[in-house]
Amino acid sequence: MTVSDDTSKHLAWLESEAVHVMRETEAQFENPVLMFSGGKDSLLMVYLAKRAFHPAKIPFPILHVDTGHNFPETIRFRDDLMEELGADLIVRSVAKTIEEGRAKEESGPNASRNKQQIVTLLDTIEEFGFDAALGGARRDEEKARAKERFFSHRDRFGQWDPKNQRPELWNLYNGRSSQGEHFRVFPLSNWTELDVWQYIQQQGLEIPSLYLAHKREVVERDGVLLAKSPYIELREGEYYTEKMVRFRTIGDMTCTGAVESTATTIDEVVAEVATTQQAERGARADDQRSEAAMEDRKRQGYF
Amino acid sequence: MHSDPETHVPARRTSPRRNSQLATLNSQPIIRTAPHMDVLRFTTAGSVDDGKSTLIGRLMYDTQEIFEEKMEEIKRHTQRDDDDLELALLTDGLRAEREQGITIDVAYRYFATPKRKFIIADTPGHEQYTRNMVTGASTAELAVELIDARNGVLQQTKRHGFIASLLQIPHMIVAVNKMDLVGYSEARFREIVADFEDFAEELDVQDITFIPISALKGDNVVNASENMDWYDGATLLHELETANPRADRNQIDFRFPVQTVIRPHQDFRGFAGEVASGKIRPGEEVVVLPSERATHVESIVTLEGEQEEAGPGDSIVVTLDDELDVSRGSMITRSRNQPERTRQIDADLCWMNEEAMRRDRPYVLQHTTRRTQAYVSTVIYRINVNTMHREEASAFELNEIGRVELETADPLFIDPYKVNRQTGSFILIDPDTNQTVAGGMIRGVAEDVSPFGQDTAGRAADEDMVSPNVVWEGLNIERESREAQNEHRAAILWLTGLSGSGKSTVARAVEERLFERGCQTMMLDGDNVRHGLSGDLGFSPRDRKENIRRVGEVARLFFEQGNLTLCSFVSPYQEDRDRVRSLVPDGRFLEVAVDCDLEVCKERDPKGLYEKAEKGEIANFTGVSAPYEAPADPEITVHTDSDDVDTCADQIIDTLEAKGLIPEQ
Repeated sequence: MTVSDDTSKHLAWLESEAVHVMRETEAQFENPVLMFSGGKDSLLMVYLAKRAFHPAKIPFPILHVDTGHNFPETIRFRDDLMEELGADLIVRSVAKTIEEGRAKEESGPNASRNKQQIVTLLDTIEEFGFDAALGGARRDEEKARAKERFFSHRDRFGQWDPKNQRPELWNLYNGRSSQGEHFRVFPLSNWTELDVWQYIQQQGLEIPSLYLAHKREVVERDGVLLAKSPYIELREGEYYTEKMVRFRTIGDMTCTGAVESTATTIDEVVAEVATTQQAERGARADDQRSEAAMEDRKRQGYF
Repeated sequence: MHSDPETHVPARRTSPRRNSQLATLNSQPIIRTAPHMDVLRFTTAGSVDDGKSTLIGRLMYDTQEIFEEKMEEIKRHTQRDDDDLELALLTDGLRAEREQGITIDVAYRYFATPKRKFIIADTPGHEQYTRNMVTGASTAELAVELIDARNGVLQQTKRHGFIASLLQIPHMIVAVNKMDLVGYSEARFREIVADFEDFAEELDVQDITFIPISALKGDNVVNASENMDWYDGATLLHELETANPRADRNQIDFRFPVQTVIRPHQDFRGFAGEVASGKIRPGEEVVVLPSERATHVESIVTLEGEQEEAGPGDSIVVTLDDELDVSRGSMITRSRNQPERTRQIDADLCWMNEEAMRRDRPYVLQHTTRRTQAYVSTVIYRINVNTMHREEASAFELNEIGRVELETADPLFIDPYKVNRQTGSFILIDPDTNQTVAGGMIRGVAEDVSPFGQDTAGRAADEDMVSPNVVWEGLNIERESREAQNEHRAAILWLTGLSGSGKSTVARAVEERLFERGCQTMMLDGDNVRHGLSGDLGFSPRDRKENIRRVGEVARLFFEQGNLTLCSFVSPYQEDRDRVRSLVPDGRFLEVAVDCDLEVCKERDPKGLYEKAEKGEIANFTGVSAPYEAPADPEITVHTDSDDVDTCADQIIDTLEAKGLIPEQ
């Protein structure tokens, strides 16, 4: 697919931009890593990285920060994909971070390990001396992300300072950093949720079955449908019911909500996304904690 | 039409437009975007409170890009009693921004219609404006300039226009907003259009469209207005959907900056990069810079397999027929169409860092995939972004823009920014803080241009006043030959002093004496040049400077013709007089201080000007409301308040004799 083609111009352009950014990352940094969550955006990242360096292998390791609360489907899918790519997978566990006392488990019915994974991520970055971490975040997802750069500078503490970002002009990315600092790189910055789905459809990419409608036992909490799992404590009056659902984002089982859906194929998902009325992250309990929930986590070193 | 928040929730599934699509596409995927859709990137600019956020909100609302929960939030936040939605809330961002009700940084926003995907670079209208606007404009193909119909064209409007022009955004839409607040008046709209067109003559923007809108009420944004029958043009969205974004992308000059080398095994060596401009096919001859070695393209490799052709914006891998030295920073191009190769560049620069520019330290210059060290060797001028006038400067501070020359450690392969955005742009990085401190747009290879106001003898007074492609022609008959024939030397006598000091009277007396001696003379004075040569100028410091610059150039031509050229001008600034001095060889510029007490000048007041100035009828009047810098070291000083005209004239003639410019008698 080329930008000069008449068809799918926007997808070709987005693809080329993402590839360009990945190659800049490889060229400008000593030791980059690709962050992987098992979600569709990180799958797309892996696919685009394969594209960017073809016929060579992806030149950086792939890191999965495992909260221990993953959907079993996610882990299976991850392992199959890595085997197929022959990629170098690093898994670091949030549970271990908590065990070591470097982070505290949240308690209560809404407990999640979303915040704790920041510690694990920063520890891993330090452990391997990564100077760039590629992530699949997009600017259309959330208002704090709308202001992200492609090359986003993080200080020694992994912090993002939104008021003091480097200006990013044309397609010239400045990845120079001092010892101990690192960058988050977001090649999908200009993609929207619909772009991602259209691209998956166009390229015929395989995605975890969680994204397609299936029957599952869920509990409704604060307007969000949460999947039945050992990590969720039912509150008084709550109960599981079986519904036809699919996930629009895949994170922790504790906070990733499902939406009711009948879209069982990618074509149907694209159709649904194109006409939907709910924001993609609307079912993410972690974002709904406050208006600036994402901004606060990003400042601390979140993706 | 969306006047009532209660009844106009943008319910995608129930809206009539959406419904009709659903009905026809029942069993097929319904996509908001057709497969052949393209992308338009545009920037929105406007002053504070002119409704920029509301406009973006309106575009997203009327194209139904707003999600339910966001809509509920807006309804919650709409506190005013009237029926208009707080659409501006759609574009809020960081916590500090919400708290202060301002925008801090460029935010990127996305929406799509069935025809096109749009990316908006939403740039704040106040703090850090220049930096953010330049950042947003660098990737934009169209600029939407918002004007509040009540306020018309403001200083800020002009500043935005200038930046859009400097960054070479090819299309501009001027949206005259808040038309509802001026009674949808056609006359008011026409007036603003005329004002903007007047100003836009100075800009380098090819295509400007004017649209009267009300973002708040929805007139002419997505839906045509029912309140402005007199306007038969397109809506804003229609213009956005039909603007031709890629038309300006350079299809001709093949440039391929190499990002990285792909080497999976011994038998494959490919060069990865994005085609900056032009097209390439396998088998075509290419040249690799900097080695300038020629070879042929063997193949264009992508994940899909080998490609027949690649064009601007395509990320590809290229293999070559021969094993050449190619690495990151190399550029692949064609032998008969190459960029300029230089270590000296002439560029417009926008400074983006709190720490001011320094000319005594190197910066890291990043151009395409190449990095090298660079010094700012000369600051030619700074642009006052409010007036668009050029100013003398030795360095730039945050948000300042101007023209500089840079010297780089390694050669760069450049094209002018106007011809090629990709190979004509660069950034400067502070090597200590690693901050991106400046963005630059290349004009071309530097030609050792003098800074504004600091010219040296023999050189054109101000390089930017030299028309392109014009070379100073050697004179047919040398001045020295004329001087020999005239039997006297040429010189410029520059009489400076307050109005009413008697400059012209003394100059006339001197000229008459010289004429009697058979000398070639010419006289220029303030009143005659301001009728023609400088008839377009006023009396601001800037215009005075320009007036003196023109007079200086004219005097220089008369000088080269062998004349004793008498110039009598108030010329209050030493800098301007020194500039004229620098145009001719040493000893040929005689500064004559015509000294006279201000009170005596006022008493004389031959043209009644002091009286008017003191009544405030004339602004910037030297000695009354504008300063006069007396000559620091004049060749001659005459005192017209104590001596008579003949004495003063004789004193000047004596000096000319003493300096050997005219023969003694």
